[in-house]
Amino acid sequence: MPLRTGLEKVMVVGSGPIIIGQAAEFDYAGTQACRALREEGLSVVLLNSNPATIMTDAEVADRVYLEPLRLDVATQIIRAERPQGLLATLGGQVGLNLAVELSRAGVLEQYGVELLGTSLASIQMAEDRLLFKEAMERAGHPVPLSAIVHRLSEAKDFARRVGLPLVVRPAYTLGGTGGGLARTYEEFELIVARGLKLSPISQVLLERSVEGWKEIEYEVMRDLGGNCVAICAMENIDPMGIHTGDSIVVAPTLTLTDRENQKLRRAALDIICTLGIAGGCNVQFALDPRTGQYCVIEVNPRVSRSSALASKATGYPIARVATKIAVGLDLTEITNPVTGATSACFEPAIDYVVLKFPRWPFDKFRGANRSLGTQMKATGEVMAIDRTFEGALQKAIRSAETGADGLYLRELASQDTSSLWQALESPDDRRMFIIAELLRRGREVMEIHALCHIDPFFLEGIKRITSMEARLMEPGALPGLLRPAKELGFSDARLAAIAGLDVEHLQRLRWEQGIEPVYKMVDTCAAEFEATTPYFYSTYRARENEAVPTGRPKVLVLGSGPIRIGQGIEFDYSSVHAVTSLREAGLECIMLNNNPETVSTDFNASDRLYFEPLTAEDVMSVIRLEKPVGVVVQFGGQTAINLASEVAKHALVLGTSVESLDISEDREKFDRLLTRLDIPRPPGGTAFDTTQALAIAHRVGYPVLVRPSYVLGGRSMEIVYNDEDLFEYMRSAVVVSDRHPVLVDRYFEGREVEVDAVADGEDVLVPAIMEHVERAGVHSGDSIAMCPAQSLAQPLQDTIIDYTRRLARGLNVRGLMNVQFVIKDNQVYVLEANLRSSRTVPFLTKVTGVPMVPLATRIILGASLASLGAQTGLVPPSALVAVKVPVFSWAKLTAVDTGLGPEMKSTGEVIGVDVDAAEALAKGFLAAGVNLPGAGTVLLSVADRDKPVGVELGRALFGAGYHLMATRGTARSLEAAGLPVETVAKLDEGSPHVLDVIATGQVVLVINTLTRGKVPQRDGFKIRRTAAEFGVPCLTSPDTAAAAVRAMLHRKSRPLAGPVALQQYEAVGRAHRSTGS
Amino acid sequence: MRGRLVLEDGTVYEGRAFGRPGTAFGEVVFNTGMTGYQEVLTDPSYCGQIVTMTYPLIGNTGICEGDSQSHRPFVRGLVVHQLCATPSHTRMIGRLDDYLYGHGILALEGVDTRALTRKLRVHGTMNGAITSGDAPGEELVRQLSCQGPSDLVAEVATGRPWRVFGDGPHLVVVDLGVKLNLIRYFSRHNCTVTVVPPTTPAEDILDMDPAGVLFSNGPGDPADAHAAIGTARELLGKTRLFGICLGHQVLALAMGARTFKLKYGHRGGNHPVRDLRTNHVQMTAQNHGYAVVRESLAGLGVDITHTHLHDATVEGLSHRRLPVNTLQYHPEVGPGPNDSEHLLAAFLTSLGGQAPAQKAPEFPAALAYQGE
Ligand SMILES: Nc1ncnc2c1ncn2[C@@H]1O[C@H](COP(=O)(O)OP(=O)(O)O)[C@@H](O)[C@H]1O
Ligand SMILES: Nc1ncnc2c1ncn2[C@@H]1O[C@H](COP(=O)(O)OP(=O)(O)O)[C@@H](O)[C@H]1O
Ligand SMILES: [Mg+2]
Ligand SMILES: [Mg+2]
Repeated sequence: MPLRTGLEKVMVVGSGPIIIGQAAEFDYAGTQACRALREEGLSVVLLNSNPATIMTDAEVADRVYLEPLRLDVATQIIRAERPQGLLATLGGQVGLNLAVELSRAGVLEQYGVELLGTSLASIQMAEDRLLFKEAMERAGHPVPLSAIVHRLSEAKDFARRVGLPLVVRPAYTLGGTGGGLARTYEEFELIVARGLKLSPISQVLLERSVEGWKEIEYEVMRDLGGNCVAICAMENIDPMGIHTGDSIVVAPTLTLTDRENQKLRRAALDIICTLGIAGGCNVQFALDPRTGQYCVIEVNPRVSRSSALASKATGYPIARVATKIAVGLDLTEITNPVTGATSACFEPAIDYVVLKFPRWPFDKFRGANRSLGTQMKATGEVMAIDRTFEGALQKAIRSAETGADGLYLRELASQDTSSLWQALESPDDRRMFIIAELLRRGREVMEIHALCHIDPFFLEGIKRITSMEARLMEPGALPGLLRPAKELGFSDARLAAIAGLDVEHLQRLRWEQGIEPVYKMVDTCAAEFEATTPYFYSTYRARENEAVPTGRPKVLVLGSGPIRIGQGIEFDYSSVHAVTSLREAGLECIMLNNNPETVSTDFNASDRLYFEPLTAEDVMSVIRLEKPVGVVVQFGGQTAINLASEVAKHALVLGTSVESLDISEDREKFDRLLTRLDIPRPPGGTAFDTTQALAIAHRVGYPVLVRPSYVLGGRSMEIVYNDEDLFEYMRSAVVVSDRHPVLVDRYFEGREVEVDAVADGEDVLVPAIMEHVERAGVHSGDSIAMCPAQSLAQPLQDTIIDYTRRLARGLNVRGLMNVQFVIKDNQVYVLEANLRSSRTVPFLTKVTGVPMVPLATRIILGASLASLGAQTGLVPPSALVAVKVPVFSWAKLTAVDTGLGPEMKSTGEVIGVDVDAAEALAKGFLAAGVNLPGAGTVLLSVADRDKPVGVELGRALFGAGYHLMATRGTARSLEAAGLPVETVAKLDEGSPHVLDVIATGQVVLVINTLTRGKVPQRDGFKIRRTAAEFGVPCLTSPDTAAAAVRAMLHRKSRPLAGPVALQQYEAVGRAHRSTGS
Repeated sequence: MRGRLVLEDGTVYEGRAFGRPGTAFGEVVFNTGMTGYQEVLTDPSYCGQIVTMTYPLIGNTGICEGDSQSHRPFVRGLVVHQLCATPSHTRMIGRLDDYLYGHGILALEGVDTRALTRKLRVHGTMNGAITSGDAPGEELVRQLSCQGPSDLVAEVATGRPWRVFGDGPHLVVVDLGVKLNLIRYFSRHNCTVTVVPPTTPAEDILDMDPAGVLFSNGPGDPADAHAAIGTARELLGKTRLFGICLGHQVLALAMGARTFKLKYGHRGGNHPVRDLRTNHVQMTAQNHGYAVVRESLAGLGVDITHTHLHDATVEGLSHRRLPVNTLQYHPEVGPGPNDSEHLLAAFLTSLGGQAPAQKAPEFPAALAYQGE
């Protein structure tokens, strides 16, 4: 079937901010989709609230709306743009839900917009758990026995009938929130009761547990003509019971016979035919290893995290093909970009092992419940490719950047065996390491299998690794065992540690033996056809190297690895732009990265892609092969920066020098530099023990901000108010050592300001100054940032630019830099300077139109700002105000305190743009999922020092007609100010108390500020957690609260302003300025 | 124990030998299936060949009960990247290495099979020697050139007729190296299946009063299958005929077409084939080194029903007047995707058998349900 007739303009819906369960994969999918549509000559209108994405670049779609993903906004855009088609299956669950809403509200019909691809009926059949089960039963595909209940008593009846364990899923909650697996009757009652409460329709689905069965996924495609293909089969190493997003996954399946594989493949294809899917789809099965019986778990009628993985694992561009199908093309009419000749109607054959390893945020959230279950907790993932399972596993572990250089965790080595068994029983993120540790202690594979149900095949693979370790420890093992060990994927660092050598020594030994990796191509066809995919992975278990370097001058760009809190999709954005600019400059550009979700690991993005761990060894191997003229490290976040000094030993680091990077990261050196440049910073010092820490605190005065040196994203950072707390921090919170001292700084509770600059060693270009809504002390990544700065007097702005310029000169910065400032009593202090791309670069690029990364890339290659015709200093601000609002994943991270502080906790961000600052802020809140209700009850519970702010907010809210509710102390202060308030009991004052009013939906907003110091505020914590679990917005900084109240009042007073497309920013800004409003 | 694979051009691939030590000669081919090594090894069509699997991990599920396609492996040798040392599966009855040893077959592991595959892709299929001994490479290459042609079909096919009883129609299978899955399919659907040697004369077959005759898959050059071609020619028009793989080529030759040798063949489970009658594309399991010359079909009254999406080779034929249908690929699977079972079912129905009901209703049925 050719392209649909009558189709000229298509609207694409993105997935919004990065949250747990919805990460960069939708940027990859969305970008492919937009490009695929434009290839067909279609005009593309895009809606996505996430500025940190490639898909929202002005070049990707004809119209880019960085607006809230809401029914009202989408309706406005449809009304203005009049697209004929809507593509909603590439924007994750968010995109899909919005399309369903638009359809239900009659908007699509009213404006004659056709839902492209899979029909609404099909989507509903796949999404609605009940409809889906019924459809499966009709089609003869087994599903686990289940029941829908509305009352606890019904649930108990069912449980008595079929027995436990049971999987409990509340209906219509986001991402399975509140569900779980109940093994005991107590657990069961608890989960069901909570689920009934959480479900807006008081409905819970109970399902027989098939925990322990194999979990197998198929990525399948179907076109409107009925042709179906299975792109990739994936096997979860972690059996049923652990969410696929939290499972370690291999592709292809490694423990299935052909008969099992074909049976499931056939079932998957039958299912997408039954459902009438047009495009990509993910089908999840549970397979009983004892009987070979299977049942269908769920279907995602859209591209997903798994399809991104499958695309990268096979080379088959699922999102692109799904898009072409949606606009009417048949699989046979779509060419396979890998071969360029054959059609997309084929199934990839792969000849390697792909392994996906999740990246969890538990390193940041020490208090979090790290056990894994049916709810996803990982923020990101890495993928590794090798010709062996062991090699892929060890590479993936290195890639995850959790500090492990192999399958070994020191913290486990000291635990006794029985506690390891226990830990294995309720699995957490360390389970592979625990298994390795148990095997090291001589436990049997079958014993472990009986407990964790991981297939013996995988356990034996781990055992081969631990057995090799044992052999390596024998005297004289090296160099003889070097090759076998490298074939099993051991890193040089791990080998050196085992052998008691230093890494350089081991490396020399290895090179002397001529043991180096070769690189193989990912070509979708297992070498059956000639392919030119420039997509490679390393292996030591082969002789022929296929990655033959070209004769052209080339540059290696290091990517940023897995998405984690503190290092998100923003760095992929910068990497992709750097690659594009380097190619435009005529250089061959080589990308090295390991994140399967991203645009940067699309093999089309660069001239050559090495899918490898971002470690010194793996990077060095590529350098030794490719001999690039230079390596670019400043766009890959802290990951790439941390590799700079190692890279410098083997290649030229382009841009800012390694010495400068070192100065910016080394506390003492940076202090000296600031002194020399006459730039003030908050006083402080470096402490190697508690006495020193106390001495510094006394010198600079409390409060102080303490943290271990060399951290990313504010890990283990705390504000400390007295000796006692400092003592406690030094004792328990950090491991202080000679190599890792603790930094103690005076904490200035001032205004925080941030700039990103392009520097050429001489001068700087600063696209804008961003002013944080929250005072310093809330991590810059968790703060709402306004751009341009809204309340900075000109002299302060001048100082900021001046300091930035001095720093750029002082450090001879070539490329990007990010500087954070705190302003206290009209005095500007520098907090830190990061000589790299930052989280805010994509945001700034979009709102100011300054092509920051391309400029920086040109400078890295030797140009100057002047030679590029770029202006210098601060770019005159536009009349448009842009607001960056952080987004959190509280619901998925149980037991994490949602209170904001100097440690970063957000997973993503959204943007709000308007000529009016209040409107921009309101849009930002809405986009971030903070509803701004026009009426209702607001619950206040604020710390003593915030009582004045509390009263002010209370007054504003009351004046606007909101009802006030408060805990005792806060209520008293409100009453004293003459405001009517309903007092609600604290926890120890008996039910109904503050948690009940949150849980029962009586309040629309919670304002709960943090008590200072370390007084264990269990009530506050519970208030915040309850709000998170029940989806009630809860603001913990008085500044955020004030901004939200401002936005609420604004929203009440004015209807939603019209959406503004990125392509209109300049014109709108100019028009606004000329009207002088 | 070290072992080597020596190609006719002198290229040597070293590895670790497993299975039965010795030396064997054969045509070196690669298969791209990611699962199904057991089915490949026991598929008689691989007789005379040294097979390399492009998937690097082989032997993970050992040898499983009920998955073999004949009573023994017929490959001359096997070359893999990594043999699984610790296989496991609930249906497993033995290990791959033990199984090969038991059947006197030599195999290699630790070979860069991707390099080997690339070599074969570029040069086309080559002959080779697999050995665990230390005969010099040149010597093996010399011996290779002296290997006379062998009658592979005779080696794999049954010497005597045998029969599986059912209460449905009677199907005669001319055994050129039939896979058990084919027999299983028809017998599962109640056919009486008589398997006869490739040399069985046409009148003997007709005497059995079959509802139809199926020419099976098998090894080697179809042009060498003289007896079967003769039988087929005589049977044309006298009964329903179906051909699969080598059987397809034999029937094509019997109808007057010609065959040619492909550069490196089609072996794997991901070959897209278009059914020209419905325009649907299906993934198919394939294993053949020869194909029917498209041009040679002109004027024979034969329609091409299926073609390969990649190289447009002939994948299925149907005679315009006579009840003759053929498929180049393997609808009976084992290994490979089972997208084309309906074609077997169609043949079964034409014999008067009970075709199985479609398991999953297609889209419209499901939608009707939605409308309720
Ligand atoms: N019946 C069940 N028994 C055991 N585990 C289950 C069952 N159903 C689902 N799970 C587990 O829960 C996870 C999430 O369930 P799923 O239906 O896929 O929800 P989601 O929409 O969050 O992906 C699955 O990946 C699987 O590991
Ligand atoms: N001396 C200080 N006074 C006040 N706030 C500070 C101070 N130092 C850091 N902060 C706060 O902590 C946050 C994180 O500190 P920063 O040095 O930027 O670490 P990171 O490397 O994690 O970005 C800052 O955004 C700021 O809000
Ligand atoms: Mg799922
Ligand atoms: Mg910072």
